[in-house]
Amino acid sequence: MSKNLRITNSKFIDQTSRISFKFDGKTLYGFKGDTLASALLANDIHLVGRSFKYHRPRGIMTCGSEEPNAIVQLGNDPSMTEPNTRATEIELYEGLEATSQNCWPSVNFDIGAINNFFSPFIPAAFYYKTFMWPASFWEKYEYFIRKSAGLGKSPTKPDRDIYDHRYLHCDVLIIGGGISGIIAAKTAAQNNLNTVLLEDKNNLGGTTIFQNNECFKINNSYSNEWLSKEIVSLNSLKNLTIKTRTTLAAYHSYNYLLARENLTDHLSLNEKKDKIRQRLWKIRAKKVIIATGAMERPLIFNNNDRPGIILSSSIKKYIDYYGVKCGQKISLFTNNDTAYETAISLSKSGVNVNSVIDIRDKSNSSIVKEAEKLGIKIHWKHTVVNTNGYKKIKSIELMKLSDDGTNVVGNKLNEECDCLGISGGWTPRVHLFTQSGGKLKFRDKDNVFLPTKSKSEQISIGSCNGDFELDDVIKNSNNLIKEFLNINSSDYENLEINCSREIDKKNIWLLPSDKPLGKTKPFLDFQNDSTAKDVKLALREGFKSIEHVKRYTTTGMGTDQGKLSNMHALGIIAETAEVKMGELGTTTFRPPYTPLTFGTIVGRNVGKFFDITRKTPIHDWHVEKKAEFENVGQWKRAWYYPKENETMHQAVQRESKAARDSAGILDASTLGKIDIQGTDSSEFLNRVYTNDWSKLEIGKCRYGLMLNEDGMVYDDGVTTRLGENHYLMTTTTGGAANVLSKMEDYLQTEWPELDVYFTSVTDHYGTVSICGPNSKKILSKVIPDLDLSDENFPHMSFKNAMIGKIRCRVMRISFTGEQSYEINVQSGYAKSLWEKCFDAGKEFNITPYGTETMHLLRAEKGFIIAGQDTDGTITPVDLQMDWIISKKKYDFVGKRSLYRTDTIREDRKQLVGLLTDDPNEVLEEGAQIVEDANKKPVEMLGHVTSSYFSPNLNKSIALAVVKSGKKLNGKKMIVPMKNKTIGVTITETVFLDKKNKRLNA
Amino acid sequence: MKNKYSIFSLIKNAFSYHENWQRAWRDPEPKKEYDAIIVGGGGHGLATAFYLAKKHNMTNIAVVEKGWIGGGNTGRNTTIIRSNYLWDASAGLYDHALKIWEKLSQELNYNVMFSQRGVMNLAHNLQDVRDLKRRTHANRLNGIDAVWLNTEEVKKFCPIINTSQDIRYPVLGGTLQRRAGTARHDAVAWGYARGADAMGVDIIQNCEVKGIKRNGNSVEGIETTKGFIKTKKIGVVAAGHSSVIANMVDLKLPLESKPLQALVSEPVKPIIDTVVMSNAVHAYVSQSDKGELVIGAGTDPYVSYTQRGSHDVVEGTLKAILELYPIFSRMKMLRQWGGIVDICPDASPIISKTNIKGLYFNCGWGTGGFKATPGSGDLFAHTIANDEPHKLNADFNINRFVSGDLVDEHGAAAVAH
Amino acid sequence: MFLINCPYCGERDQSEFSSGGEAHIVRPKQPKELSDDQWAEFLFMRKNIKGVQFERWNHAHGCRKWFNMARDTSNDKIHAVYKMGEKPPIK
Repeated sequence: MSKNLRITNSKFIDQTSRISFKFDGKTLYGFKGDTLASALLANDIHLVGRSFKYHRPRGIMTCGSEEPNAIVQLGNDPSMTEPNTRATEIELYEGLEATSQNCWPSVNFDIGAINNFFSPFIPAAFYYKTFMWPASFWEKYEYFIRKSAGLGKSPTKPDRDIYDHRYLHCDVLIIGGGISGIIAAKTAAQNNLNTVLLEDKNNLGGTTIFQNNECFKINNSYSNEWLSKEIVSLNSLKNLTIKTRTTLAAYHSYNYLLARENLTDHLSLNEKKDKIRQRLWKIRAKKVIIATGAMERPLIFNNNDRPGIILSSSIKKYIDYYGVKCGQKISLFTNNDTAYETAISLSKSGVNVNSVIDIRDKSNSSIVKEAEKLGIKIHWKHTVVNTNGYKKIKSIELMKLSDDGTNVVGNKLNEECDCLGISGGWTPRVHLFTQSGGKLKFRDKDNVFLPTKSKSEQISIGSCNGDFELDDVIKNSNNLIKEFLNINSSDYENLEINCSREIDKKNIWLLPSDKPLGKTKPFLDFQNDSTAKDVKLALREGFKSIEHVKRYTTTGMGTDQGKLSNMHALGIIAETAEVKMGELGTTTFRPPYTPLTFGTIVGRNVGKFFDITRKTPIHDWHVEKKAEFENVGQWKRAWYYPKENETMHQAVQRESKAARDSAGILDASTLGKIDIQGTDSSEFLNRVYTNDWSKLEIGKCRYGLMLNEDGMVYDDGVTTRLGENHYLMTTTTGGAANVLSKMEDYLQTEWPELDVYFTSVTDHYGTVSICGPNSKKILSKVIPDLDLSDENFPHMSFKNAMIGKIRCRVMRISFTGEQSYEINVQSGYAKSLWEKCFDAGKEFNITPYGTETMHLLRAEKGFIIAGQDTDGTITPVDLQMDWIISKKKYDFVGKRSLYRTDTIREDRKQLVGLLTDDPNEVLEEGAQIVEDANKKPVEMLGHVTSSYFSPNLNKSIALAVVKSGKKLNGKKMIVPMKNKTIGVTITETVFLDKKNKRLNA
Repeated sequence: MKNKYSIFSLIKNAFSYHENWQRAWRDPEPKKEYDAIIVGGGGHGLATAFYLAKKHNMTNIAVVEKGWIGGGNTGRNTTIIRSNYLWDASAGLYDHALKIWEKLSQELNYNVMFSQRGVMNLAHNLQDVRDLKRRTHANRLNGIDAVWLNTEEVKKFCPIINTSQDIRYPVLGGTLQRRAGTARHDAVAWGYARGADAMGVDIIQNCEVKGIKRNGNSVEGIETTKGFIKTKKIGVVAAGHSSVIANMVDLKLPLESKPLQALVSEPVKPIIDTVVMSNAVHAYVSQSDKGELVIGAGTDPYVSYTQRGSHDVVEGTLKAILELYPIFSRMKMLRQWGGIVDICPDASPIISKTNIKGLYFNCGWGTGGFKATPGSGDLFAHTIANDEPHKLNADFNINRFVSGDLVDEHGAAAVAH
Repeated sequence: MFLINCPYCGERDQSEFSSGGEAHIVRPKQPKELSDDQWAEFLFMRKNIKGVQFERWNHAHGCRKWFNMARDTSNDKIHAVYKMGEKPPIK
């Protein structure tokens, strides 16, 4: 039966609002203001989870983000469940359900705990040394390894929550709302600086806000009372924004920071609904003040991992802040003064403190004297050599330390306890400082790594900067802030501060035991079950560097990223390898500071907002006509328009036939359109296209091919000369943006002397393309005033025209080989133009066709699609398009590359046509072409780039690139498929209307 | 002679509390002279040394590493191994490596945890489909086990992928190479180091190359932070820092070094049992034996040696992950990091002699070098020992950038991996 | 994520810009006169400097102007930004 360990002295817990929650299926109660951890402890529940490797019982060890053990699965809705959440950070809410992780069938009885029995055989990195026989069995071993690894469970259904991003710019960003952060915030805001203060907890004040010990006073008030007043005074500051429940996640260069604000995680299940769960703040700060405080260190001794072993400062927080007793017979084990604050708090709250075990010989500080005054027993120069109790600590064994601290002497004492507080000193939270690129220095007297002066606009203040005494924190922070912000004076000069100062220091990274090290289990990384023995094993095997040891032993690689374990790992390495700590360096602290939800990082860019969708102005018409769409880059293009019960093949055959027999209509709005103006426009085109543009008459159109500087085909399209110094270039749909930026690049960087201007007009115009033998008749109905005679308006020419009051540009150009007109109007008119053309074409059975039919029709004519028939390795010569390479021009982009030893080879892959022996057999695009299927190794001569069944030729046709293809016309080849081989013959690339009669038919 | 690793050695050592394990490799001071020096103690460099000793009897050699072995891209990559490349030259190279991977744990007596859980490449538009089918056909004819899967088969092979056709870029199918998979990156470096050391190779850590000494057009040795070391053959396997070494002898390489970022989630129980990559929805994911989702995508688009990239890239990568796996929205990023990758214009590596006698370069692996580690080491060792390339790496010479005979693998290598 | 001081627009987030690689590699005026080696030098060979590198950037999602930048690639510190055609303001 669980006990109630709640006392009634906490002002941070609202004991009038009871909250019910479930842990491992059992209904329990806590109060508003509790964390899951404090509520569990109040219910006398210590056993919360099982460790990663040995499945040892583990309990709550801390009260914050460094918690390695008490991590739980939150919620059980398959959409909303969250693995690996820290009980110490979850604010209790009505309806919370949490379960233990990494145990089966239950945390109380876990089959996996058998691993603990095998632990002698599975030291660090054992898996590299075994599971190699038989060779084929690794994956079978691995199956079981994977099953037993992992901690919580991933959700299995999509998240229903929404996440958000916001940008924030400020003069001063302060990270951490403890005493030094509050001093910084007030000082900055009072000096007209736009200031933002972030605090990851639900309220400000850090550890000082519950410091009620009379050894710590400011201006004759208890330090908690003094700070409460300071916090109240922040409310009146206009320049100050305070964000609580907001954790700084990453500190990038140029003072770019990411912070996660928790908006609903603390709300009841009902209140959470339809609200933004978390928001990612993207912050640019002119100046950053890091005030992230320090973490208490554990001590490393035999069996230091049992439930009920808790950091001493956390025990203090549980009693003073949450009003929860972590036990009723508490022992404390320390190497510094911190534990005495805890002892005093416990004692004053009526909790029985068995004793304080202190590895030091003595301590003369006022706080220790205060403890002694209260009658607290102290074992000086003693260490804990073992702990007992399986699912919760029951007793400890202690012995006297030898003078040099490497051994224990004398008799073993036994002390019964239900909780052991441990304190190994303090570690400044320098993670953000190092993330920002800062280098650390080591301070020997208390074994801490501290920030050096940063190169960017930032400072660290308070205990994250190595000030652990109250008067140092206030005085040094105040001075640093003033200097950093160029301020002469603040509210924090000449305060009267009383505090206990720690005078006596002693540190032993790995505490000795009466047993040989090999028989003990001194845990370093509690979550990953790595021990001091493992670190020593790694060193013995030659893993010297701290990164090697970390990787070999997995120390510091758990969900807490080694917040608790790193310092001791370094200490033990330094000691064993006989290197100085400062010279050893540290592992890199990588972002994020605490794990960051994917959803938060992505924000609203999910689902339909994953990427923008570009739609043509005629899009709605295609939707109405039930077109299927194809994604081309960000564009949605109508792919084909199936009539009832039609397959794609049937639809495409029908569309293709109609376009050739009478008339087809295509939405060509997605083609890239670049408006080119300036006196050097023609010269510019000459330089970027392979062919000659100097003689193109006004009103005429020309096809152009663009190469990369390496000579390979890059893009193509028709460009029209609208005026003396005015062209309209079209590009492929996918290539538009790249072509424009490439042209800007050449213009601005290589040829700035040219007078040319480019404007992207892709979205400004809608383009309707009508093709087929009846296209002229239809167009004459739409634009009766336009003389469409071949004399006045021949193929490859352009006219301005009016449809009513609407100006339009009409190009007579063709990608299908049919007589064809492209009409460009301002986007807003495109749909009505389309409908007008469609109505006018009805009597000719005008048929809307999509991209698939367009591809088929152009393939019949042997026109290439850049990016489909070319792949970045094809030159215009390879395409058999030598005619498009101007002989007159000295240079154009890519020309020189066409004359390299490899590009002039005759046996390059060249574009050819293919006909299948069986005219009904349609080749698969991408299929390979060989001459001799039996030759080994198979010599692949090329591949099929485009392939269709042509309804107009009533046979299968294909384009391909084939080695020496130019010379192979008529040659038989084989396309070897998985289950069969297909015979083909190489042909010319033009299958239909070789004389181009249809263009003027 | 090194102790053999096995379940029996583990049990035996348990009785002496694991206090009698030998060093995995020595920690020697450099000798005055070696027959060859490998610059760079990553997987490729250590493998090169291993095969020089094992197959070419060159045991008086050293590997010099400016930091700690395996600390560069070997220890930073996402460990994907596959050989489904388009061109014959690449297929030959990467499948050579894959075949070595299949027996590597036994060859090294070190479990590199090569796990053939398959690699799937997804197609999201019609050109993706064409390109991937083309690659699959080429792979099949080159004897590489890649197959095309339609959308239903994709879903069946990896049920957590969102194959709904209503998403922005629906999955239209994909290719699967079953022999492909992942391995434990650190183990590869350590296993090769241990193996090379056992044959007498000196592995010298914390030894940075500061200069290359030449006599006429031949190399004579290297200047290092541990002094001058004489040698007639230098094999540079310095990945992102290849150009730094090349600049010491005024050699320009067709390389740009860019940050490549990766991240892992917190560990969870098995949820994805293969490797899935996507070009159009730009990201890839697998799950480590430890349970972490291992995620990556492309490089940052600028030169940098900082081993850090911009947050945009991470955000874009996770955006793609959530598009394909909306169930991962509540998973949490645990750790994010960057490496520096050296990229060739054709997305293929250089394993080549140079015009300086005795100077060899193995570089340009870009975002996908890990998969080639054993093959790269083997072929580079051959090139150094014989002063001429093996037929499998002949096409990967530096001169291809002059002749234009590139091995363009942008399609096959478009996603960082 | 750097902040780049576009010479035309002022300080903007890096995400608005695209990198164009090493600067001051002038496109040869007479490519025909070059050997394949010399052309390859222009086309592909790069110094890829670790340290201060002169490089081209484009304010792609802004004014679309190309400009030059001197940036230390070993720590991403930007030392100078200058317009196309101008000489680097630092060595």
